[in-house]
Amino acid sequence: MSTAVDMPRFVRAKQVEALPPPNLARGPIAWVRENLFSGPFNTLLTLVVFYLLYISVPPIVKFLFIDAVWSGADRAACRADMGGRESGACWAFVREKINYFTYGSYTVSERWRVDVFFVLLALGVGWLLWLRAPRRDLGAVYFFWLFPVASYILLTGGNADFSGSFWVGFLVFGTLLIAAFASVAAILKTSVRAALIVGGGIVAVIGITLAAMDMDFGLQHVPTSLWGGILVTLLVATVGIVVSLPFGILLALGRRSKLPIVRMASVIYIEFVRGVPLITVLIMANTMLPLFLPGDMTVDRLLRPLIGTALFSSAYMAEVVRGGLQAMPKGQYEGAMSLGLNYPQMMILIILPQALRIVIPGIVNTFIGLFKDTSLVAIVGIFDVVKTIEASRIDPNWAAPTIGMTGYAFAALFYFIFCFGMSRYSLGVERRLAAGQKR
Amino acid sequence: MNMGEDGVTMPAVRGLSSVQTVVSQTSPPKKSFLYDPKFRGVFYQLLLIAVVGYLFYMAATNAVENLQRARIASGFGFLNNTAGFDISQALIQFSAAGSTYGDAFIVGLLNTLVVSAIGVFFTTILGFVIGIARLSKNWMVAKVAMVYVEVLRNVPLLVQLLFWYIAVLGPLPQPRNSIEMGAGFFLNSRGLFMARPIYAADAWAIPAALLIGLVGTFIYRRWARAQQERTGQQYPVGLVTLGLVVGLPVLIWIVLALFGANPISFEVPQKGTFNLTGGMQILPEFVALLLGLTTYTAAFIAEVVRAGILAVSKGQSEAAASLGLKPGQILRLVVIPQAMRVIIPPLTSQYLNLTKNSSLAVAIGYPDLVQVFMGTVLNQTGQAIEVVVITMGVYLTISLVTSALMNIYNRRVAIVER
Repeated sequence: MSTAVDMPRFVRAKQVEALPPPNLARGPIAWVRENLFSGPFNTLLTLVVFYLLYISVPPIVKFLFIDAVWSGADRAACRADMGGRESGACWAFVREKINYFTYGSYTVSERWRVDVFFVLLALGVGWLLWLRAPRRDLGAVYFFWLFPVASYILLTGGNADFSGSFWVGFLVFGTLLIAAFASVAAILKTSVRAALIVGGGIVAVIGITLAAMDMDFGLQHVPTSLWGGILVTLLVATVGIVVSLPFGILLALGRRSKLPIVRMASVIYIEFVRGVPLITVLIMANTMLPLFLPGDMTVDRLLRPLIGTALFSSAYMAEVVRGGLQAMPKGQYEGAMSLGLNYPQMMILIILPQALRIVIPGIVNTFIGLFKDTSLVAIVGIFDVVKTIEASRIDPNWAAPTIGMTGYAFAALFYFIFCFGMSRYSLGVERRLAAGQKR
Repeated sequence: MNMGEDGVTMPAVRGLSSVQTVVSQTSPPKKSFLYDPKFRGVFYQLLLIAVVGYLFYMAATNAVENLQRARIASGFGFLNNTAGFDISQALIQFSAAGSTYGDAFIVGLLNTLVVSAIGVFFTTILGFVIGIARLSKNWMVAKVAMVYVEVLRNVPLLVQLLFWYIAVLGPLPQPRNSIEMGAGFFLNSRGLFMARPIYAADAWAIPAALLIGLVGTFIYRRWARAQQERTGQQYPVGLVTLGLVVGLPVLIWIVLALFGANPISFEVPQKGTFNLTGGMQILPEFVALLLGLTTYTAAFIAEVVRAGILAVSKGQSEAAASLGLKPGQILRLVVIPQAMRVIIPPLTSQYLNLTKNSSLAVAIGYPDLVQVFMGTVLNQTGQAIEVVVITMGVYLTISLVTSALMNIYNRRVAIVER
């Protein structure tokens, strides 16, 4: 024990500073060694990748930016034989045509209406996608009712000019519908008042929609044959999402239903649509829709692919929603039933709000697919972004060797910005939802 | 509130027989049949049948009327009519004068299947390489793979196809200035030219050798496996497989060639003054479609592969390492079999997507099923319903058969839980 007295002599009183790690184990050099040159195989890989980048990236950058022609009035700027430069992208072409790429041939004096449509769309999308936005229920009403009606009036000019007999017919139909609701309620001995409110509400919504479409706002009529470019691309995508979400929910509920015929009908529809390419559905809508309608009825050329894409995306949406429904724990269903809720109440109040919330990433991913697929309407002759570029590419005023490449670069950029943005959003939501599940 | 009251008072009001009241004491009180879920179910389903049936009836009567007014024939008789148009790529004999619409259908179908099959082959390789590259420890490789996936996934396939077809393959030189790529490959504005194999009379020997090799491999593998399970001794399965499947046909070829009976010779395209002669021509449309489909689908397959490999928990490879397996064995025996179970179902749906996406051929003029049948034949005959039904039926059959096989596979590989 005497050593204890001597100990302090050999014990340091002060902490010694730790030695810095060797130079090769820290800093950028160590990172490069660790991540790029950690062995002979890795070194080889890195060198190969560097070589690939060396031969591919500089020409792309050179083409897109350094050698690019940024301004000019016509093809002369982008042709070597006419005094321009033709080794780079011809952005002057995109600048000149950007209005065409945005609005198509939409009447020039009325293009502010399209701008308003873009703003309304951005508002609705923002309201629904921002998870902490106030009153998202109102947002849904806006996006699925007010916004479509307002867009219809804005873009076409409204003033559908329904005849007097149409309104008489509507009144008869409305009265009959309310009467039917009331009589069903009377037979079932439930509250007639509630039935009157529901029936009246449905008739009122339809009536207001029709009246708004009929009303003359003094807007000039713009036929759909003039629409084009980004307007049509966004329109097809928007109609796709506005229709496919409610329709997809119905199909998903049908597929999960206990009623055999309802279930079978949903399964047949979903599997049929998912088994065929979109382009065949579009061609079908284009050629067969007019056949199936009475001879005197025509379907607008733009409406046909809209119906096609909406039907198509509904099936995909249904599968996404079904995933959410299946992920709900059984206790949620049982809890709702034990509270005495009936089927619609259970779905609307308990199941769907939770199920839809967890499939937001899936819905956004489906929407990305839908957004990319809108380019297919170009094949059936609708002037979306791709088609307007195709049409401008062969404009003799802009006949130059780099025009095709420039046009596709612009299209790729346009789609990339939208799709990449949406995929980042969906990743973010996924992470947030996962954070809530983590304990 | 109302409902509850009704529910309680109902039996008294309806005046059920005493026997039933006694029985129903344990079960809930009997209500009006309107509240019976079974009755409601039947009612809703009948309503659905009525609505759908009415829609179909209306569509059918309108279609009949419209077709009669437009004087368009109906039925599938048109398949036997002379086609009267040419197809740029036909795998069977096809001529405008001598072939029927039915032949055109077969040509289009074969073209679709060919481009899909070759596309599936290449996209699998590219997709696996990129998917594994995304998980690489090499930062550079992982980032490049990520950029590839993000760019390719977020640009529509149609834009990519047009890009390949018009912007990349469009500016290729005239045939007389063909780009020589070596090994008999030439590239020019008319497509890709390559050597054409010419089969001699005894060419059957090579596929026969391949078949023998395959059967031999199968038997050897079973035997080796049984031996290993019995004695623990391992046999060089890989080497023997290589020898039987590749070595045997090559050996036969060499032997036959040595005896002066070359079974397969190649006709290499020759550069003339204006054009290439001989060899095999592959249409630029085909090249563009194949490039577009392969690179686009590979981006999705890469994500599938990455997810599959990440799904195998780290404990698995650690446990394998602690058993003393070498890294190569860990990958081959532990990680890949488990990853494949996760990878294969979405991989199949990517293959299906590729097949369905090959219908975009119509945008660049490759004569696939949609372009030939839903395009030219539909326009010539006007028989929209029949043509659409047949075309959709083909794609639907491919999809349903594949997913049926997939279900069988899933049932076999699914983990059996307690």
